[in-house]
Amino acid sequence: MIHVDGLTKNYGNVKAVAGISFDVHAGEILGFLGPNGAGKTTTMKILTSYLSPTAGRAEVAGYDVLDHSLEARARIGYLPEGTPLYKDMTVLEYLNFASDVRGLPTGAGRTRRLRQVVEQCGLGDRLGFLIGELSKGLKQRVGLAQAILHEPEVLILDEPTSGLDPNQIVEIRQVIKDIGKSKTVIFSTHIMQEVQATCSRMLIISKGQIAADGTPDELSRKAQGAQELRVELVGRVEDAREGLTAVKGVASVRSVDPAPGEEAGKDNHHFVVIAQEGQDPRADIFRMATEKGLTLLEMRREKASLEDVFRTLTSGTPGRKSK
Amino acid sequence: MKNMFVIARRELGAYFNSPIAYVVVAVFLLLSALLFFSALFLQGQADLRELFDGFWTTLLVAIVGPAITMRLLAEERSNDTLELLLTMPLTDWDVVLGKYLAALGVFAFAMVMMAIFGVTVAMIGPLDKGPAFAGFLGLFLVAATYMAIGLMTSSFTKNQIVAFIGAVLLCLILWLIGKVVQIFPPTVQPFLDWLGMDRHVSGMARGVIDTRDLLYFGTLITSCLLVTQATLDSRRWR
Repeated sequence: MIHVDGLTKNYGNVKAVAGISFDVHAGEILGFLGPNGAGKTTTMKILTSYLSPTAGRAEVAGYDVLDHSLEARARIGYLPEGTPLYKDMTVLEYLNFASDVRGLPTGAGRTRRLRQVVEQCGLGDRLGFLIGELSKGLKQRVGLAQAILHEPEVLILDEPTSGLDPNQIVEIRQVIKDIGKSKTVIFSTHIMQEVQATCSRMLIISKGQIAADGTPDELSRKAQGAQELRVELVGRVEDAREGLTAVKGVASVRSVDPAPGEEAGKDNHHFVVIAQEGQDPRADIFRMATEKGLTLLEMRREKASLEDVFRTLTSGTPGRKSK
Repeated sequence: MKNMFVIARRELGAYFNSPIAYVVVAVFLLLSALLFFSALFLQGQADLRELFDGFWTTLLVAIVGPAITMRLLAEERSNDTLELLLTMPLTDWDVVLGKYLAALGVFAFAMVMMAIFGVTVAMIGPLDKGPAFAGFLGLFLVAATYMAIGLMTSSFTKNQIVAFIGAVLLCLILWLIGKVVQIFPPTVQPFLDWLGMDRHVSGMARGVIDTRDLLYFGTLITSCLLVTQATLDSRRWR
């Protein structure tokens, strides 16, 4: 649905986007992550034909964004960062204006479509309000409404949840998820939970280049490298440590304090076991415990959080906001 | 084409939903009425020529025109709405021409109100319809030119005041240049005389619609709109 090939954009001497390539397929919700100034917004502006690339090309729904800009734009719904809307129009006036520009025929069909969108975005009782008088969350919904009303094949949202309160964030995410059932969605954010909660795929970019590409699960596994296990044993501490170290596939063992909320018993010992790369020593640990007469209370794999992934992949990036 | 009218309609809505259009039109009408009636009562002239040819009217339009157009693109820039507008499926020309059309609409509204002056003259004595029509057309073309300049400067900046002042300066140059041609070297005088507004306006105020004058206004308007479009387009490559 979206095809990006060697896309490059320079602002003077600064390379905002440095030759990135990726494809987004129909029905994917792609989370676009990266520190400020990584090139997220610039990439989106190129996809929507607001900026032209310095080199490389991009296609949306089969149309080149440079050569067939109007056709591509007709198939995109876009919500720029900060939700810029005409403050002097009422919600209904604005949605009608957007429908006019998008060439939605007037009449019963449009009324039905507008009613649908207004309900989906929860704007029912605000139609007569001036946009300038709405709260940030409501403005965001108007922005979303104008982006989806022509049923675009591709939806591009630049930080759609920034500056909203937690309830509003959940609501907007739900709307994005609903839309993502049938459309292709790209949205940028720097909130990790958001990606976990909504995306089927994430793309991390840093310094204008793609740092990682995959499902949220894949990426956290990749960043993790070796498996990390948390083990709780009851018995003599020396026995436990020696036993664990002797298990095949274990790289290191270290004692740790109980995690908050875990019981600290006299004979309970907590360990963090790092496995050798590509090894899964869990079965052997269980067997070792039985043989040595130790009681295995708990054993669990620690998952690298997406925050860790993000930090590993993008650390040291200079913060420069692309405008 | 259709989208141009969609834009024009939105802009007209923006003008008439807010006080700007009313204030500008009211100021314009008040001052031009002052000019007209002072000519009528003090000099006993019951014709419109003084109004159209006059020193003051064209000066007034050089301020009113930019005041109407200053917000057109500068406001979109400062509110970032330009980005959303230009990523919709419409061409830069739809935006430029639609906005220009709306500005012309506001001024046309003022001129309809000015028709009262014509009616006044007609009540006092016979109205010379030909020159009155040419005069109205001439004034409208002057305003159209000044507003094309205003739209152009509005595309340069996100600050409406800067757009306004820039446009007024350019308009004043056009307004003044025909009056001071003599101070320039003889070689450039014919060009400057052509460039100045005066020559072209006075012809029309006398009731003569000359294609050369129409060409003059057309050239200036087209040039400004071309620059405006080029400015919008330049965002892509900067």
